[in-house]
Amino acid sequence: MSRFTRFAAMAAALLIGGQALAADPVKVGFVYVGPVGDHGWSYEHDQARKQLEAHFGDKVKTAFVENVAEGADSERVINQFAQQGFDLVFTTSFGFMNPTLKVAKRFPKVKFEHATGYKRTDNVGTYAARFYEGRAVIGTIAGHMTKSNVIGYIAPFPIPEVMRGINAFTIALRAVNPKAEVKVIWTNSWYDPGREREAAETLIAQGADILSQHTDSPAPVQVAQEKGVLAFGQASDMSRFGPDAHLTAIVDDWAPYYTARVQAVIDGTWKPADTWGGFDSGMVVMAPYNDRIPADVLAAAEQMEDAIRTGKHHPFQGPITNQAGEVMVKDGETLGDDKLLSMDWYVQGVQGRLPN
Amino acid sequence: MIRLEARGHAAAGWVYGAPVLAVGLTLVFGAALFAALGFDPLEALGVFFLSPLNSAYGIAELAVKATPLALCAVGLAIGFRGNVWNIGAEGQLVMGAVAGGGVALALYDVDGWFVLPLMMVAGMLGGMAWGAIPAFLKTRFHTSEILVSLMLTYVAALALSWLVHGPWRDPEGFNFPESRLFHDAATLPILWEGTRLHLGAAFALAAVVGAWFVVARTFIGFQVKVLGMTPQAGGYAGFSQKWVVWLAFMVSGGLAGLSGIVEVAGPIGQLQPTVSPGYGFTAIIVAFLGRLHPVGILLAALLMALSYLGGEAVQIGLGLPLAVTGVFQGMLLFFLLACDILIRYRVRLGGKRRREVPS
Repeated sequence: MSRFTRFAAMAAALLIGGQALAADPVKVGFVYVGPVGDHGWSYEHDQARKQLEAHFGDKVKTAFVENVAEGADSERVINQFAQQGFDLVFTTSFGFMNPTLKVAKRFPKVKFEHATGYKRTDNVGTYAARFYEGRAVIGTIAGHMTKSNVIGYIAPFPIPEVMRGINAFTIALRAVNPKAEVKVIWTNSWYDPGREREAAETLIAQGADILSQHTDSPAPVQVAQEKGVLAFGQASDMSRFGPDAHLTAIVDDWAPYYTARVQAVIDGTWKPADTWGGFDSGMVVMAPYNDRIPADVLAAAEQMEDAIRTGKHHPFQGPITNQAGEVMVKDGETLGDDKLLSMDWYVQGVQGRLPN
Repeated sequence: MIRLEARGHAAAGWVYGAPVLAVGLTLVFGAALFAALGFDPLEALGVFFLSPLNSAYGIAELAVKATPLALCAVGLAIGFRGNVWNIGAEGQLVMGAVAGGGVALALYDVDGWFVLPLMMVAGMLGGMAWGAIPAFLKTRFHTSEILVSLMLTYVAALALSWLVHGPWRDPEGFNFPESRLFHDAATLPILWEGTRLHLGAAFALAAVVGAWFVVARTFIGFQVKVLGMTPQAGGYAGFSQKWVVWLAFMVSGGLAGLSGIVEVAGPIGQLQPTVSPGYGFTAIIVAFLGRLHPVGILLAALLMALSYLGGEAVQIGLGLPLAVTGVFQGMLLFFLLACDILIRYRVRLGGKRRREVPS
């Protein structure tokens, strides 16, 4: 190669590189623990990703990897995003916490946002939603609508996030209907339609006439529809899987948060933060209420939602007693975030013992 | 009518040629698949098979991903040769992680050179102990080792889940189900700075060489082979079927256990509810893809690992769904099995001539 052609090639490369830099879109990567078609957790993150693309157009480029195992694999996937020049990476499962931190250390210029974790560094922020606020609303509805006074609850893992949900639900349930009790079945999986279906059938056989779930598949809602009982969807509006059974769902809406964070990266103002948003932030939204909910129950539900949004009511407002009858929160007090984040006990009204 | 007719014997060259042909056919049909999805087939194949390897980190990742697959498959292949079907390498892997990880947590405050070797030995013993159950039940009560070893996988997974939800939970971890992060003394050293390539990859290589030596150069390997092909002949020669069952489960259980502790002491660095995305099961495929031969298994493990890395690369680079990984792995197996059939049988058109059978 002559000196001239070499120079020309270099100049061309620089020119192309420079142009690309000027119009470079912000590259945003997403790591999902489940399939995007789970109609639950990962699905909602992916809906928000699509809204990002719609909102920013050419200014962002997004990509995702789905069904990433929470073991050795996740670090590689996160690393691939960082290595390929992504500016911002959302890692959307608790089990990605330590891998995210390891990669973040290796790529200090890349920004990371880890959902539901508690470790932060200069380039790792965390975010989560106060879904337990929604649990208080569906607990209120369940308290009014149960006839058998048995509620079935399908839960994945006994981690604080799930414990908060069960407890917030039960507190609201029994505030309306002190005789009602909650039966919990653990599936040991976030997404396992087969096991969720079995759990739903078992709970109905044990007398539950309303199902609530913290797992991600619509299988329990389908079972409720088949068996003629009621159910609450999880993470997304699951009404099409059980138009009669589905009363409402607690919807995760990540779009406002993702939009704000990407905008911060574009503006150069991104800083790692710890965000825990509820109704007031728009992260937690109730799906449309089923018409079969009586007007007075609907009013009670909406009142609960409103009271939580405006801070007049806290789902963990004393007095709260645990299963053994010990007072955990005194009258007039509410549980602080630190206690909420490490919750590992059942309130009164939940049947059975914690798997330990 | 199409029917298959047995060939006298398979051509020697094709026994090893079949996997190569299968890979070639997978590439051709993979290209067609990409074209049908509207991508430039060559570019897409490049992203799938080459882009994961375009950096030192990527090459190291290939080895990291292949390590547990090779460790498990090498052990399984020894049993498979002897007609001993250990389907539960996944459970033995988990128990290896539990036993070795338990040592790491018990010696959490101890900083000594002996911590890591102790963990490795404990990991192997854990896997062997878990493999001993189906081996004992098989040799004592003639239970099916396939069922017992498979079922014990779920028991192992629940045992690990119980430990990380309960007694071994990180005390500073907000009750989340995972153990403390292992200390440096309990973490495998990195062989290649800036990557995740850890000492476990060297263990896998050593296992390949060791298994090759045992299979090809020792009397033990010969006994296993004879008993696998014709148990009766082996019996006449005085080879013990029970002994082969125990050997198979101890070797495969030990290596699966080693792969488990290598995963948690290497890339993961702590105990979690799940430590393996099914390496023990994928290893069965790897063992057959590699023709039950240690070197073949090494190559098969690398190829399988590459298919995972490639699947991630096309998701990030081209926005293709995860299912592409599964389709590629499925095609690979399909073509391999198809080639196998065609090596051992020839296809004949038309029905077999009916013979007059005197009644």
